[in-house]
Amino acid sequence: MIDVLVIGGGNAALCAALMAREAGASVLLLEAAPKEWRGGNSQHTRNLRCMHDAPQDVLVDAYPEEEYWQDLLKVTGGITNEHLARLVIRESSTCRDWMRKHGVNFQPPLSGALHVARTNAFFMGGGKALVNAYYRSAEALGVQIRYEAPVDAIELDNGRFVAARIGDERITARSCVLAAGGFESNREWLREAWGQNERGEWPADNFLIRGTRFNMGVLLKFMIDAGADTIGDPSQSHCVAIDARAPLYDGGICTRIDCVSLGVVVNREAKRFYDEGEDFWPKRYAIWGRLTAMQPGQIAYSIIDAKAIGRFMPPVFPGVKADTLPELARKLGLDEAQFMRTLTDYNTACRVGTFDHTKLDDCHTEGVEPIKTHWARPIDTAPFYGYALRPGITFTYLGLKVDDTAAVRFNDEPSDNLFVAGEMMAGNVLGKGYTAGVGMSIGTAFGRIAGTRAAASALAQRAQGAQREAA
Amino acid sequence: MKQLEALTQQARETAEQPIQWHSKGTAINEMPLSDDENEVARVMQICNACRYCEGFCAVFPAMTRRLEFGKADINYLANLCHNCGACLHACQYAPPHEFGVNVPQAMAKVRVQTYTDYAWPAALGKLYKHNGLTLSLAAAGALALFLVLTISITGGLLHEPLAGDFYAIFPHNTLALMFGLVFVFAIVALGIGVTRFWRDVSPGTASGAAVAQATHDALRLKYLDGGHGKGCNNADDAFTLARRRFHHLTFYGFMLCFAATCVATIYHYVFGWEAPYPYFSLPVILGTLGGIGLLIGPAGLLWLNIKRHPLQGDAAQRPMDRGFIALLFLVSLTGLLLLGLRETSVMGLMLAIHLGTVMALFLTLPYGKFAHGIYRCASLLKSAIEKRQPDSLKLGSD
Repeated sequence: MIDVLVIGGGNAALCAALMAREAGASVLLLEAAPKEWRGGNSQHTRNLRCMHDAPQDVLVDAYPEEEYWQDLLKVTGGITNEHLARLVIRESSTCRDWMRKHGVNFQPPLSGALHVARTNAFFMGGGKALVNAYYRSAEALGVQIRYEAPVDAIELDNGRFVAARIGDERITARSCVLAAGGFESNREWLREAWGQNERGEWPADNFLIRGTRFNMGVLLKFMIDAGADTIGDPSQSHCVAIDARAPLYDGGICTRIDCVSLGVVVNREAKRFYDEGEDFWPKRYAIWGRLTAMQPGQIAYSIIDAKAIGRFMPPVFPGVKADTLPELARKLGLDEAQFMRTLTDYNTACRVGTFDHTKLDDCHTEGVEPIKTHWARPIDTAPFYGYALRPGITFTYLGLKVDDTAAVRFNDEPSDNLFVAGEMMAGNVLGKGYTAGVGMSIGTAFGRIAGTRAAASALAQRAQGAQREAA
Repeated sequence: MKQLEALTQQARETAEQPIQWHSKGTAINEMPLSDDENEVARVMQICNACRYCEGFCAVFPAMTRRLEFGKADINYLANLCHNCGACLHACQYAPPHEFGVNVPQAMAKVRVQTYTDYAWPAALGKLYKHNGLTLSLAAAGALALFLVLTISITGGLLHEPLAGDFYAIFPHNTLALMFGLVFVFAIVALGIGVTRFWRDVSPGTASGAAVAQATHDALRLKYLDGGHGKGCNNADDAFTLARRRFHHLTFYGFMLCFAATCVATIYHYVFGWEAPYPYFSLPVILGTLGGIGLLIGPAGLLWLNIKRHPLQGDAAQRPMDRGFIALLFLVSLTGLLLLGLRETSVMGLMLAIHLGTVMALFLTLPYGKFAHGIYRCASLLKSAIEKRQPDSLKLGSD
């Protein structure tokens, strides 16, 4: 019998498998996806949010524990667990040497991402390069890996893991780590979670999935039905506004639209609905998904003029371009009269001071609702561009409740051989909101803990078995 | 459920709206893009919105200085790419993703088009199209020429031992004239091509520092180190320094052989010391060392080429790549055999074969894989110049 069974094939699963193997356990990893799609959402990630008290290789200055914690507190609006969050934060300051040992390479921040040079360590080549490195290292260490192995059920005995099932196949192990992702790819579940709004719409039907198509939440559902303790609101997720033309799955990073703060955003009724200049875009991008989800038809349009070109990361698809604002309204299919009223109101409300996109400048609006607090300049220079936006879900926050051992719990009693890591438990730390790179910090910290605990549990069982045989 | 289906359908239709990719038109860029260039423009548009691969090589930092990709930009970026494969294996948008991003392959396809478009005289650019055939014909023709010459001069392929005196068969001046003419032609042809290329990519002025950096990057094959020093990809997502090392053996082996020829030429014309030179003379030592490098290097490169991941690079160019590698290997092998057998009666035969392969190599220098080094160096220099110019894009706080 195998010692540790790891269910899942992304960052958390790989961290668990590597730690368990290093601890001397035999490990089998089951990835639901075929090899070319392996790695879950980790293949789309790009960095790890890291605590550090002094400059460290690719990280500048310092990002102390307290500041990291305050950032997390702010984005989650307090819906977090301080003990677990601080555990993740401290772990993020020490895990990188281990990551490097397993082949992960770090690089200075990407151009256009200098704002996180202090807080985030970038993976050279991105998350897929990290995933590839971990798989190579796991294979070299003798971790058995199976692709296209979607576990659909777990056999439990009084809160203890007994076996995993793939259809009729039964795989037993001494202990198990669940790291099979959230339910973001499951459109039915998203639909149910978001429900019907006051307009009679099912908002989730208009969501795009930024990541893998394989996170159907099968195991999460199974564990919830089996009575495992849960945490989190199923409608909460890492949700950003992305290009409406993005593919239904796996659009990843390149579908984001970064010009919101340089212009205005209107909804299907050609009306503005939120302060586009509230704060720096990296601190606000994660709220615009939800904002867009609240609009009629779950669609919005980011409108900029020629002054913005070259000031934001180029979007993957070119915007709709027009020489006049009415033409732009027509091309976007918006009501021309209302669009012109909205733009004229905004333009006349702009109080332009000294425009500076690198700081919270003094360009703002007066006498228009909603206000735009920074970077407000009239949209008056042709050509004009419009980008249609849709909510893009990265991952969901509903998960299994854990303490610092990563053990799955039933009626608040921890299992002694079943552990959970990654998106399946990220909701313990992330109740809502998001800040760049924290998903990988949680996955790495709890993947490593879960792997270590699972190996210890399995090795203890082996030792007991040997004692019984000897007796 | 009906409603869900309708909405998903609508979402899908939005997603499937025909997407117009950017294109650009200035100067040389007035010319329409070829299909292969369009593919690079499409891929670069995706990469520019992602940028995860920025640390691997010089291509991606050069890309981030642009928002649109015209013909000249595309040719420059394509020749800057070393086909190391790192960005293919790391790519979240690589096949089977519907974006089908394959940077090394798209770049490779444009590179061969660059060589063809800039070839001089233009008509001979066609030789890149069936380059395996070109190389085979050149080799066969040159071999036949020297075998026939040998027979007509010595009356047969074998002869009494001549104590290694090549000039007893081919007079020195005949050889110098034949090879000198072909070599000068090759230099002129490549020079005209790369000069036109250089003008089109509008590089700006090279400072000493830029030249030094480009030289360093070319001589050390910096961009085969993966950005992290572990090397490039070959068969799979693992990194290897083998390609860099075998290429070094090939290049420096070639340069040592070239140096041997230069030293011998100086001996001949300046000091009046005529070949054959003793085994431990400078030209022979240089030639022997270079020849050994030029055996191991190409053999290793051929092995790596055969093992290469099928998606990495352009499979249609394998005859060109392997033909050139094989020719280098043969030049070295026949040269070393000639050295070893120069005291025997087969010296004339070996000499004819060696001269035939060298002539084939020289003839095809401007119309084969050798061109990659010339255009690569030009692109590295442009990259080094460009890096020192201010970036016109202000991507703000993001």
